[in-house]
Amino acid sequence: MSKTLTFVLMDAPFENSRTVTGLRLIDIAAHRGYHLKVFAYEGAVSLAFKEQKPHANAVHGHDIDEENHPLPHKWIEALHKTASAHGGSLDWVNCGLCVDERGVNNAIECTRRGTPADLWSFACESENTLVISTS
Amino acid sequence: MKVLNILSTPWRATLEEQDDTVVWLTHAMIGAGAEIDVLLTGEAAAYAAPNLNASGLTIGGMPQTQPPDINRDLNSLLEKGRQVFVCQHAMTQLGLHEDQTSPSITPLLSHELAPLLDNYDQIWQW
Repeated sequence: MSKTLTFVLMDAPFENSRTVTGLRLIDIAAHRGYHLKVFAYEGAVSLAFKEQKPHANAVHGHDIDEENHPLPHKWIEALHKTASAHGGSLDWVNCGLCVDERGVNNAIECTRRGTPADLWSFACESENTLVISTS
Repeated sequence: MKVLNILSTPWRATLEEQDDTVVWLTHAMIGAGAEIDVLLTGEAAAYAAPNLNASGLTIGGMPQTQPPDINRDLNSLLEKGRQVFVCQHAMTQLGLHEDQTSPSITPLLSHELAPLLDNYDQIWQW
């Protein structure tokens, strides 16, 4: 039976290992065919910001291609494909007011703008909800 | 469905917000039909104290004119028929006593916490 889980993310990209943990948990569930709902709140809305750019790394002596810098919006796109490939889905909503405050409206197409009503709707459809909040 | 929001971190995002972010989210979801109560614990147990005043923030001569009013926003949850609890043990750790709690907030002893959780379908920890 297909199951549904909701995740709430709150940390801004890059700053905290909680985001990595959250995305790894979503990845595991995506490989298991779950229907996944993500509500990105506060700084987490920047995860889907399309204007993130990779860079070279002089400390490693790598040019931009060798460094192959990972970007959160690329991880989200990969999670979306993984969920679909395993019979599940990923519905990723960015809190609209949080997006406006941060000026990160240019989000990747596989995410959408939403409101707290989406989170409540997600939670009602889900077996459970995991909040990964800032500390 | 009933949800208990357990709030343990206070004063998030004060630089850009004029609310507690989780109390605000709770209000917004209640507006969408949600049944959500709040348990204050950890450092957020301090929200149970009356007469909180977050005004006075000024940076570069620019004041925050609409600072968070946590007492107002918690009381507003109660007016909407929701419940607000505070962990008494957390209050004690912050040096607060029961008689320093807003009277409308329900203090809970440690042994009362687990039975409380049984009343909810989902528990969200913030």
